[in-house]
Formats: sequence, C-alpha cells, structure tokens
Amino acid sequence: MAIVDKSRVYIQDVSLRDGMHALRHRMDLDRLREIVAALDDAGVDAIEVTHGDGLSGSSFTYGFGSHSDLDWIEAAADVAKTARITVLLVPGIGLARDLEDARKAGAASVRIATHCTEADVSRQHIKVARDLGYDTACFLMMSHMIEPAALLEQARLMESYGAECVYVVDSAGAMLPDDVSARVNALRGGLKPETEVGIHTHENLHHGVANAVAGVRAGAVRVDGSLAGLGAGAGNAPIEALVAVFDRLGLKIACDFVKLASAADQLVRPLMDRPVRVDRESLVLGYAGVYSSFLRHAEKASDDYGIPTTDILVELGRRAMVGGQEDMIVDVALDLAKAERAG
Amino acid sequence: MKQKVAIIGSGNIGTDLMLKIVNGSDRLEVAAMVGIDPDSDGLKRAAALGIATTHEGLDGLRRLPSYPEIAIVMDATSAKAHEAHHPVLVADGKHVIDLTPAAIGPYIVPAVDISDHGEAAAVNMVTCGGQATVPMVYAVRRAVDRLIYGEIVASVSSRSAGPGTRANIDEFTQTTARAIEVVGGAERGKAIIILNPAEPPMIMRDSIFTLSQGGDEGRIRASVADMIERVQDYVPGYRLKQDVQFERIGDNAPVRISGIGEVSGLKTSIFLEVEGAGDYFPAYAGNLDIMTSSAKAVAEHWAAGRAG
Repeated sequence: MAIVDKSRVYIQDVSLRDGMHALRHRMDLDRLREIVAALDDAGVDAIEVTHGDGLSGSSFTYGFGSHSDLDWIEAAADVAKTARITVLLVPGIGLARDLEDARKAGAASVRIATHCTEADVSRQHIKVARDLGYDTACFLMMSHMIEPAALLEQARLMESYGAECVYVVDSAGAMLPDDVSARVNALRGGLKPETEVGIHTHENLHHGVANAVAGVRAGAVRVDGSLAGLGAGAGNAPIEALVAVFDRLGLKIACDFVKLASAADQLVRPLMDRPVRVDRESLVLGYAGVYSSFLRHAEKASDDYGIPTTDILVELGRRAMVGGQEDMIVDVALDLAKAERAG
Repeated sequence: MKQKVAIIGSGNIGTDLMLKIVNGSDRLEVAAMVGIDPDSDGLKRAAALGIATTHEGLDGLRRLPSYPEIAIVMDATSAKAHEAHHPVLVADGKHVIDLTPAAIGPYIVPAVDISDHGEAAAVNMVTCGGQATVPMVYAVRRAVDRLIYGEIVASVSSRSAGPGTRANIDEFTQTTARAIEVVGGAERGKAIIILNPAEPPMIMRDSIFTLSQGGDEGRIRASVADMIERVQDYVPGYRLKQDVQFERIGDNAPVRISGIGEVSGLKTSIFLEVEGAGDYFPAYAGNLDIMTSSAKAVAEHWAAGRAG
C-alpha cells in the first residue's frame, strides 16, 4: 500500500505523535478528535497518532500517556474521513503484537523506527506489519550520525525486509540542507525505484522547513510536519509553513495551508505548556546532535538536581546516547551533581 | 570430586561459559564441549584444554563415553535447537540449564530464587537483562507491601548483541517482562532494550524503575544494597552506579499504567552498571557475562547439593 497519488508530495502529520513529546504525552480525547478532524479537512494524507516513543512507549522512562495508544487511535480513526491513521513502533520498546491491536483500532500505516545503525532489529516487525496489510515505512533515527553510504546500507536492509518507504530522520535537528540532500540522494540512488524515500525534520537549528525542501528536491516523496511545529525539541517543520512553501515552489500538494494555519493557532498553540521554539535548550540539541525528545526529561532533571539543562544535554551528546536512552538523563545529572560537589 | 557438566553450543556464550568453569570453578568440570562446526573457535579451544569435544551436536554428546557420568547439561544454542534437545536430555535423566530464550523450564535468577528450584529437571536463565534487573525488582518487592509495577531499561553495546537477539528482539522484552512479574514479584512488568553503537563500546547499563506502596525509603535502600552483594558473589562486575533515587507520585498526579489503571505510590530508580570478567568476551559485554556467570552459579549450587 504505497502512495496513492504518485504525482504529488505525500504530507504526513506528526502533531499527535512527535507532538506528544512536547505535551509530555498528555492528550485529551476530545481535543485529539478536533485536531484530527481539522487535519483531515485540510487534506493531509496521513495523521500519526501514538505515544511519542511509539506503541507501548508509555512508561516511567519516556513518560506515562494520559490515555492508551489504542484509545487515541480509535478516537482518531473514528473522526478521519480520508486521511490514513499512522502509528509509530520502535523495536525494543513496542512489540510486533502491538501492531495487531493498533490495526484493529483503525491504524492503516506504520513507521518502524530504529537507530540509524541498527536496522536489523526491525525485520520481524516489518514482516508482521506487511502481513497485517499496513502501509509500511521505516525510520532511520539520528541519521546525522552516519555517512550517506552507511545509511544506504541500513536502508537496504529495511527494504529487503519489506519496507515500502525509508525515511531519513533528523531526530536531533542537527542537519543542514546539504546533509539532507546527501543522505536522500544516497537512498534515492541506491534503493529500488519502487521503494519511496521520506524526510522527517526538526527545527532545532531552525532548518526544519528548509531541510524538508532539500529532501524533496533530492527525491523524497513523503514529508513530515506538525501543526505549529508541535514536536520534540524545537519541534518539527510546521506543517502549515511546509505546505505554503511547497505551494510557492509549485509542487503538487493536496492540502490547504490556510486551514492548517488556523488549526495550528486555534487548536494547538493553546495546548503548549512549554513553548515549542528555538531557544537556548533546543538550540543546544541541534548544535550538539542530541535526540530531541531528551529536552523535557532533561529540564525535569535540571529542576530535581540543580544542574543546567544545557550541561545535561551536552554531556548526553558527549556520551553518544541514542534515542530511547532517556533513563540515562538522571544518571548524567547525578554524575554532574557529584562532580560539582567534588569540584 | 568435581561434578561433570557438558556444554552444548560452541559459540560465544558456550565458549565463555567453558572458560569461566575451567578458570574459576572448584565444583565443576567441563567433561564435554558440543558443537556443530568442527572449525569453531570454541571447539578448538576446548580440545586444546584437553576437553572431550564433538561437532555432531546432541547425538555426538550421547555417544561420548563420559555421557553417563554427566549430570548437568548447559545449553547455549538457540531457542529452536533447545526445544529439540530438552526432551532428550530430560529423558536421559540430565539436569538442564537453558541459556536460550526457549523458556521451557521455569525461570531462575540465582540471587533471588536459587534454593526454590533444588536440582530441577530443567531451568531457564531468562535473558541478560532479566539476570541484571530482576534481583533489583525483587529487592524492592521484599521491602514493601505492594509492588505495583517494575520497569527496566537494558542498554547494551551494539557489538555485544548477536544476530539471534537482533532477529528476535521481542522475545527479549517479553521474556524479561514476564520474569519481572513471575520472579521479581511485580504485578505488572515492562522491559525495554536499547542497542548503542558508540565506540569504544559502552559497558552494559541497566535502569530499574518501580512503583510501590507501603514501604519506606530506608528499607528499600538496605534491601537493594544487600541484593547487590548477593549478585556480586557470582558477577563481580555488578555495581550500583548511583544512590537509589526516590520520588513520591501523589494522588493528585497519578500515573496511568497499562493493565492497572491510575495509581500513586513511591517511585524508586536504580541505576546499574555490569562489567564483564573478560573471560572470552571483552569487559564491556556485561550482558553476556551475567548470563554465563548466572548459569555457572546455578550449576555450582546443584553440584554443592550433590556433594551433600
């Protein structure tokens, strides 16, 4: 189940998945329905709805969700008329059997995400997803950490397991347009023609939209964005701006950016208990190449242990922590507090 | 007299287990090393150490002259192979220690429940993450009235995660989660595994988070310290990396746990590091070391029981 209309860019919203990080995985069902209805009405192709860390991400480590994934997915599927409901699954956190439940609840597409060097842990999940009839895409998280040729090798593994699309994922918001072009080019040139390439960006270096444009120019056909940029770190490419820019570039799209901008202002901005923006903390994420979802956990550890958030983030980067290692944030804060007492 | 054991599987785990017993056990003797590849490093090393070897698998083991004297067989092959080995070994009257994820026999975590099993027909060693974290879950359990939830994150270096683990990562998380409940005593268990490719490779790290009611911080802290020592008896590189951390989850901001609902209580956070002994694996691979060390501890316990 690849892209339906191959003549235009496929717009994937992530407000209700990546955006969950920014809201600490708290999302009311009524509010979720309003947002899904607005996105659907504005013409987005797909709407991702899951805990920020994917199916079964609800935990002490990543934050407990206010609702179960299945409650959110059912509510979204109930409202969406044309948009596909998408889920995220991170092997090692969620299980292949979670995909069965999510499918029954109404999910039609999935992104299976691994760290950019660990694609071979996704084999069983990709197979299960394909067998369940999902539109099956894969995420190579923290793609900035390896060179394009190495990224292609990993993408080829996912393709060989059955992935219909592989995304270059700038989880740390650390890439610049040339970095995106090089990676998307490598995947586009090295994967089978029928395997699609996607691009997922963050705004930490204020390049979310520019990077998405670079991705599309290099051959990406699926692009992620979120209302008002609601997402981890400084957020994702704001979907309303993304669509407006694509429109100006003359790309064929099926979305109405004015409707998206209204939904961003009226439905999403009021939910933010911490502004999603490029500020000192989120800028450090991008500059140091640190996983964007660490932000709010590091801010809590900063409050609990009296260590500046930026110090914690820089140390996490120095230790080469990858996505999912949120448990190490408190460990780092405790080490820094010890060093401060000793110093 | 030392108890004779056989090791099936001449890969990394089997070879490390063999070296651990050869180098450091006064109760056990490796009487046979069993593989399927005559050129494997494990079989060559065994032969060099004067240990009887066969590359004809279980059939080859059963034909060895020493087979009747071998009471304990340790299986470090794969879940699929173990499923075929298990009934044959049990029918032959052997006591089986299963290091694969097959999980046929009951789970065993030496620091928690070694004496509960006596010399069982068969036990399963859970997972590396389970061996590292279940003792901590149980340490909290025994210090509180109610252990509602146990969650663990095992981070291992990419280099120490073999193709078997990678192809079946759900087996790891599901088996570990079940052991958190069955052996650790939590009403609900959750396990997460992370592979980190950093160079030089990171030493295995484990974080344990629990939610409990009816216990105090001092008792939990003391119970954890005691359990750390018990594990250190057989895994010297097992260490508490930080002081145990506590946080009150109040009724005004309960957490919603799948299968339980909204609950409050005391959150306990325990941060561990597991460094290997470096017998066959490099020291960073604490995840592999804790499996072989734990299996050896079970075999030694059984051998001690036999010696009376």
